Amino acid sequence: MEDESKNPKPKSRREFVKNIGLIGLGGIALGSSLYAAKHFEEKKRGQNVKLLTADGKLVEVDLLDVKQLDVDRLTNNQERGRKGIPGKSWVMVVDLSKCRNARKCIDACQSAHHLRPEQYHINTLQMKDTDRTPAYHMPKPCQHCDNPPCVSVCPVDATFKRSDGPVLIDNERCIGCRFCIAACPYSARSFNWFEPKDAEKDKDLVYDVELNVPQKKGTITKCCFSADRLRINQLPYCVSACPNGVYYFGDENEDAITNGTTKETVRLSKLLSDNGAYQLMEELGTKPRVFYLPPKNRLFPFSDNTENEKKS
Amino acid sequence: MAESQTNIQQDSTVDNLIKDLFRTVRLNKGFNIWMGFLSVSLVICLYAYYIQLRDGLGVAGIRDYVSWGIYISNFVFFVATSLVGMLVSGVVGLSGQKWVTPLTRIAEIIAVAFAAVAGLVIVSDMGRPERLVNVFIHGRVQSPILWDVTVVTTYFLISLLLLYITLIPDLAYGKDHLEGRPKLLQKLYDILSLGWKGRKAEVKILKKSTIVMLILIIPVALSIHTVTSWLFAVTLRPGWDSSIFGPYFVSGAFVSGLSCLVIAMYFFRKNYKLEDYITDFHFDKVAKLLVLVSLVYLYFNLNEFLVPGYKMKKFDAVHLRELLAGEHALLFWSVQGLGLIIPIILLLIKPFRKPLPMLIIGIFVLAGSWLKRYIIVVPVQEHPFLPIQHEPSNFMVYSPTLIEILISIAPIIMVLMIISVLAKLFPIIPVWETVVHKGLIKDETEIENNNHI
Repeated sequence: MEDESKNPKPKSRREFVKNIGLIGLGGIALGSSLYAAKHFEEKKRGQNVKLLTADGKLVEVDLLDVKQLDVDRLTNNQERGRKGIPGKSWVMVVDLSKCRNARKCIDACQSAHHLRPEQYHINTLQMKDTDRTPAYHMPKPCQHCDNPPCVSVCPVDATFKRSDGPVLIDNERCIGCRFCIAACPYSARSFNWFEPKDAEKDKDLVYDVELNVPQKKGTITKCCFSADRLRINQLPYCVSACPNGVYYFGDENEDAITNGTTKETVRLSKLLSDNGAYQLMEELGTKPRVFYLPPKNRLFPFSDNTENEKKS
Repeated sequence: MAESQTNIQQDSTVDNLIKDLFRTVRLNKGFNIWMGFLSVSLVICLYAYYIQLRDGLGVAGIRDYVSWGIYISNFVFFVATSLVGMLVSGVVGLSGQKWVTPLTRIAEIIAVAFAAVAGLVIVSDMGRPERLVNVFIHGRVQSPILWDVTVVTTYFLISLLLLYITLIPDLAYGKDHLEGRPKLLQKLYDILSLGWKGRKAEVKILKKSTIVMLILIIPVALSIHTVTSWLFAVTLRPGWDSSIFGPYFVSGAFVSGLSCLVIAMYFFRKNYKLEDYITDFHFDKVAKLLVLVSLVYLYFNLNEFLVPGYKMKKFDAVHLRELLAGEHALLFWSVQGLGLIIPIILLLIKPFRKPLPMLIIGIFVLAGSWLKRYIIVVPVQEHPFLPIQHEPSNFMVYSPTLIEILISIAPIIMVLMIISVLAKLFPIIPVWETVVHKGLIKDETEIENNNHI
């Protein structure tokens, strides 16, 4: 290199730069190949890892075959949230004769979804159908209609109907127009009027469509049929929390439905026909996925249970 | 036409007439003070909006049950009022009523201002206004909001074009009649007039394109308010679930738009000293038109309330009782009485069709129109199908907050600003059309000669 620089020829400078460039390139190539080889050495075949696939299967693969997918976790969650669990068709049955307004379902739901006390995905309402019939408590989640008015009116496809039944919401897309609130006859939707309760705590969480957590200011929140629990083959939060055996949850396609309290599984069609099941305001044509068993043969008196409300 | 002509001295030349109508194009102290006042008020209202952006929509009184409040009723009112451009220029103008000429520009300016601001009103109701772009990225054609965005934008553009096209000959006149005005304004006139010379061929194109716009504006205007009514009518809620909402809203829109026109007519006539052009005759004509559209609106009101009221179906009954005899009864009957029925009766009597009584009636009708939108939007949501329970008391009943009211005033200020500026920059009475309609220029070929004076 010293010789090169001493060379008095006018072309020498260009020549010099060229050579330096070549040497540099060669150096980089050598270095990087050495580094790659070293890296390769560290990984040996035969080291297996257990992995959970996107559709919930546990598989084992060789560590060398594992490629780091460069996907944004949020986008991934948003895409997965829109895909139903294949072959499933979730339904809920609510046995009104058993509800004593313990409001454990509400507590479980609100804590799972990080909701404020006045934000309900599920609420229990005191109903009195006629003057002559007694009052009863009616748990009211989103009805996850098969003909959902809220989905029809959404201008941005933020709320959508999934192939396995649930009506979900993507609060990363919601513009907060609240047309869905206007359209829903069941008052099933709630809005984040202010900064959500756990905004500070949930700052670093990646948004999950199936859980709708973290909640976002200025967007809708609603019952998700616990889609995140269904993904891992578990009963919804409200269903498992009930102490009184009010809720059944299951797959319409299997015609099997499980009670959240007793964990007893029964035939869905038999449960519905034996008990004169009905849907809430089915005359509106919304085709709800929640069925109600009438409040007959109750073995306890109706009480306001206001102390439960205060606790929750 | 004949009557208004008598108000003008027959010997007034075309030049004098043009000079007279360009009198109003002048920035003066009064205008500056007015605009200053509006600007300061607007800044206060925008600060309220900043608070809403910072803290969330909850600073307004709307909650989970009544989730559409005065922002939405304001939006409906704005879309409604903008329909006056189509009614005056389109329906009345196209039917060959020449008396309407001096009012067309006022109506079109009102239409442009209200349609332009309507879009902003709806943004103030959004929880995430920064995601507005999602409507274009992820838009679903099934949603009436998409239809509304499309037709309101179209209507605004057509109204703007109509206003501009009819302004072109006047802009050309402006070249010779704007002495002493700012250079910038003269330059603006020069550019916007597109080198109009008033040749026969140009007049032909102008007339043709005006007619195309006037024909186009009718279905588009009908659709903006029909689609706006569908935002409610497509839901299942008792009180909104109505098949006559489209025509009910459109007829109501004519009422609110015309009352706005009456107020504007009075104001421009008085402040711009246009008594020779906007005469008692015009007020009389507009009053009769207002009676006509009010009667149509009354007819739809009768259908909207009497038919479900006769049957009193379970959920309809709850809503109707609250409206007609319950919590909202005072507001409901005041609006129907003071804003619709009494104005109709008064306007049938001749002395009330004079400018000053018309102004007062117009204010009542306009206020009634705004409150009617509130009655349509809010009470329905206070009675959903299922009871509202286990909620804080402010979830049960809606009452607008101060911040919400300020944010709702902002678009009204913006409309006033747009109307004021447009009415200052351009002649508020169409000059060229007046000249032609008054018979001062007989034929298109003569215009060519006159233009060279």
